[in-house]
Amino acid sequence: MRKNRSGTKKAISALIFLAIGLCLLVLSNYVDELRAYQGAQIAIYVVAISSIILLTGFSGQISLGHGALMAIGGYAAVLSYSHWHLPMLLAFTFGAITAATAGFILGMAAARLSGPYLAGTTLALAVGLPSLANQFHILGGEQGLSFDIGEAPQWIAHKVGGDFSQYKWFFWVSVTVALFTMWFIKNLLQSRYGRTWRAVRGNPSAAALSGVNVGRSKVLAFTVSSALAGLAGALLAMLLGLVAPMAFTLTLSFTLVTGAVLAGVTNLAGSIVGAVVLVVIPEVTDAITSHLGSSEKITANLPGFITSALLIVTVIFAPNGPQLHRRKKVNAGDN
Amino acid sequence: MLIIDTLLIGLSSGAIYALMALALVLVWRSTRVVNFAQAGQAILSTYVGYEVMNRTHSYWISVPVAIIAGAVVAAAVDAILMRALAKRSHSGTVSEMAPVIATLGLLGLIRSVTGLIWGNAYLQYTSPASGKGYLIGKHTIPFSPQNLIIVVGALIVMAIFAVVFKFTNLGLALRAASFQPEISRLAGIRVDRIRTIGWAFAGAAGAVAGALVTPTSYLSPNSLDLLLVSGFVAAVIGGLDSLIGAVLGGLILGVAFAFILQYVGTSVTFSAAFLILMVVLFIRPRGILGSRVGRRDA
Repeated sequence: MRKNRSGTKKAISALIFLAIGLCLLVLSNYVDELRAYQGAQIAIYVVAISSIILLTGFSGQISLGHGALMAIGGYAAVLSYSHWHLPMLLAFTFGAITAATAGFILGMAAARLSGPYLAGTTLALAVGLPSLANQFHILGGEQGLSFDIGEAPQWIAHKVGGDFSQYKWFFWVSVTVALFTMWFIKNLLQSRYGRTWRAVRGNPSAAALSGVNVGRSKVLAFTVSSALAGLAGALLAMLLGLVAPMAFTLTLSFTLVTGAVLAGVTNLAGSIVGAVVLVVIPEVTDAITSHLGSSEKITANLPGFITSALLIVTVIFAPNGPQLHRRKKVNAGDN
Repeated sequence: MLIIDTLLIGLSSGAIYALMALALVLVWRSTRVVNFAQAGQAILSTYVGYEVMNRTHSYWISVPVAIIAGAVVAAAVDAILMRALAKRSHSGTVSEMAPVIATLGLLGLIRSVTGLIWGNAYLQYTSPASGKGYLIGKHTIPFSPQNLIIVVGALIVMAIFAVVFKFTNLGLALRAASFQPEISRLAGIRVDRIRTIGWAFAGAAGAVAGALVTPTSYLSPNSLDLLLVSGFVAAVIGGLDSLIGAVLGGLILGVAFAFILQYVGTSVTFSAAFLILMVVLFIRPRGILGSRVGRRDA
């Protein structure tokens, strides 16, 4: 009986995801290129941020290096696409698998480390990894490698009709992947693995006594999270049309952590809020700079300034995310 | 000959790593936070030094000013940010990570502020000492007057630290407050104030590193990022809570880097740092002089 009900629940949630997806795809017919681009950006951030939420909020590990894992995924996808001529979907998958492999190795070290060591190790990765691109000819140096997945397939464009632009296609792909990711994580967190992660996060000793292999559980979380980060990296490469060290800077890693903290690290749906904020910030700074008369100093640094300030303020005043904080206050009011 | 040359290079860069590691270890001991903002604080103080040098045309005036700036900034970070965090320490997933994330935010904040003020272009912060190696016989060794300044400067800082920590009441208070805050408080030590002083010492050490190393390259809002990583690796090699370990870790890392650069190639610096870190964490996670097994969960 119970099993049945949970099955119905799952079906309903899958249907909801499908409905949201269809709405978004239909919506994409009514927006211009820029909005489609930003929509795709939000979807990509959702994937990346939810990978951090999975890792930090549910498994209790911190990573400051997810930008580097995105780079790994992006480069792997591009290389497999242009050298092995894999189809797009397989190239993305390959990117995710490569990042997962890197994450597995990192996770082996990570599982033995507590907070500060893990933070430092992943930071080292984020600082240094992009520079590897300059050392191997195949990675294309500073200029990076171009990545062109081409226009939407004929049958889709034909069915939708009208003007099927490049960015709209990117938006479709990103949104589909993002929804799939959210659905996947949501189910994963409700599965045995999700419960194990939460147990380990809550009390590692108690979890170990209950027969949970703490180390293995952490490594698994790191691997899954890395795979999703790699997927986000491949999507980002698609949207930008290239992979280059400049696209995966330390700032990207910071930005993702900021997004996750703004989302409330234990709130999967919050990743959408975090992603929207991250995309809106440059928009706001653009408005400000066009008002003040733009100088390069301001355009280059104002977004970083706002993002960092937001991060600090959130960590001080609502470390578990704005939403949870509010919810707690309401509860306190009830008592 | 080549080996001695390589050792000399390693000595000079190791001294800088040691300074950075000292800064990280000092903060870790007192606050249990790896202060990622240290790179930002050092960059800020170096920009202050740069500004002073532009006004006074003297490197030797700019360095002390930069050191004072570094100490003041660090004290402010502890007094404002860290105390605010400690006061509002909520329970919850992020609360243990809050300090680390806050220092990360601070690093981003300082980087963008320096960028807003000075721009992102590479600036030259030059020292009067030549960057050309000394000539011994017919052989130019890869050790310049600037390298000499770096090593001597680092030695002075270490000597001051050693004297302060070993032989003064302040040093005793600093050690006691980071070792047993509660008991120190009972013994009449003003733990919060002492901790802020400890941060100031750390900030000064970071500022020295920034002011000494920048003349050998360039100055930009993120030019010390790699130094932060090296400092962290050095601190981990040394055990993260030992000052002597930090110095040894810095020197070991510097020499190891120099040999890798010499015999493997110049392009692997970063990968080497990361690999060394991984090796240390796998083989001896408590470092060479670390006292506890604290870094392992469970």
